[in-house]
Amino acid sequence: MLNPQLALYDEELTEIREVADRLHQDSRARTILIVDKNGQLIAASGVDAELDTTSLSSLVAGNVAATGGIAKLIEEEEFTGQYHEGKEISVHMTIVARRIILVVLFDKNTTQGLVRLRVKKANEALTGIFDALAAKPKGAQEDVFKEITDEDIDNLFGP
Amino acid sequence: MSFINYSAREINFKVVYYGPGLCGKTTNLEWIYKVSKPEAKGKMVSLATETERTLFFDFLPLDLGEIRGFKTRFHLYTVPGQVFYDASRKLILRGVDGVCFVADSQDARMDANLESLENLRHNLEEQGFNLDELPYVVQYNKRDMPEVLPVAELSPSLNPTQVPEFEAVAIDGTGVFETLKGLARQVIQKQRGS
Repeated sequence: MLNPQLALYDEELTEIREVADRLHQDSRARTILIVDKNGQLIAASGVDAELDTTSLSSLVAGNVAATGGIAKLIEEEEFTGQYHEGKEISVHMTIVARRIILVVLFDKNTTQGLVRLRVKKANEALTGIFDALAAKPKGAQEDVFKEITDEDIDNLFGP
Repeated sequence: MSFINYSAREINFKVVYYGPGLCGKTTNLEWIYKVSKPEAKGKMVSLATETERTLFFDFLPLDLGEIRGFKTRFHLYTVPGQVFYDASRKLILRGVDGVCFVADSQDARMDANLESLENLRHNLEEQGFNLDELPYVVQYNKRDMPEVLPVAELSPSLNPTQVPEFEAVAIDGTGVFETLKGLARQVIQKQRGS
């Protein structure tokens, strides 16, 4: 399977959040999002209440998927980085460990150069975390789902 | 594929509505969006052309409630049905946990249904999936139209493996939630490992 199931535990999430928070601080960016290539938000830093991170994550993943499709057509392995320049806010996206997208939203408080520099460092840290996660054997916690009964599923939809 | 966040006690699934152009995939999502409680749904995102044809995808995040203390969240996607958007359809199938094939019940659309179904099977294989092993339901939409084929006639061609099938009129909501429930049930059962 190309995209095996992603399971995250407290330990890794704490590490991922620390990387996001450090990047947020060091790059002076507005917001950091760490998104699965399938469009699921994994962690964020510097998110304000109005930001619809669910839609944003899905669109970022769609964008990266479309760009990946272009790369394939022109026989390029992958475009690892993307940059969209806006009047007020710009977006920098980087693919990490082939399955995660690191998204940085930044404004005039910083520069693209600084963002790129700090992203490089965060990329290395995240690659280490996700590579270790991929190598980790499935834990006992996965058994939670084995206990689900048909009744539990029926209850989800109400009467 | 599903994403389990043990820290936040959340599980996320991705399901895709597939089918020929104008069969009602977007209409299914619009109905679900319309009747779902505000706290259970996120924004519906539609990447469509100026004539409201799906260009890339529609997206609707939906919270189904809790199972054994885990928030169960479904991300619903549609694909663009028009034949020439095949490259986009392939991308949207990545990491899918379940598929609903929306068939147009009208006699005149039978060939389009068959072509789309074949395309679904082929595109899934390219992504490393086998349709016969994936949570999967079939919906016969537009049952209110005048020249529809009886389900007994549609089913042998469009549902040869006899997965759960549902009749629907997505525009007024008939069968829409039954279809989603049928699919969600299979997706969760697969997660359970049965």
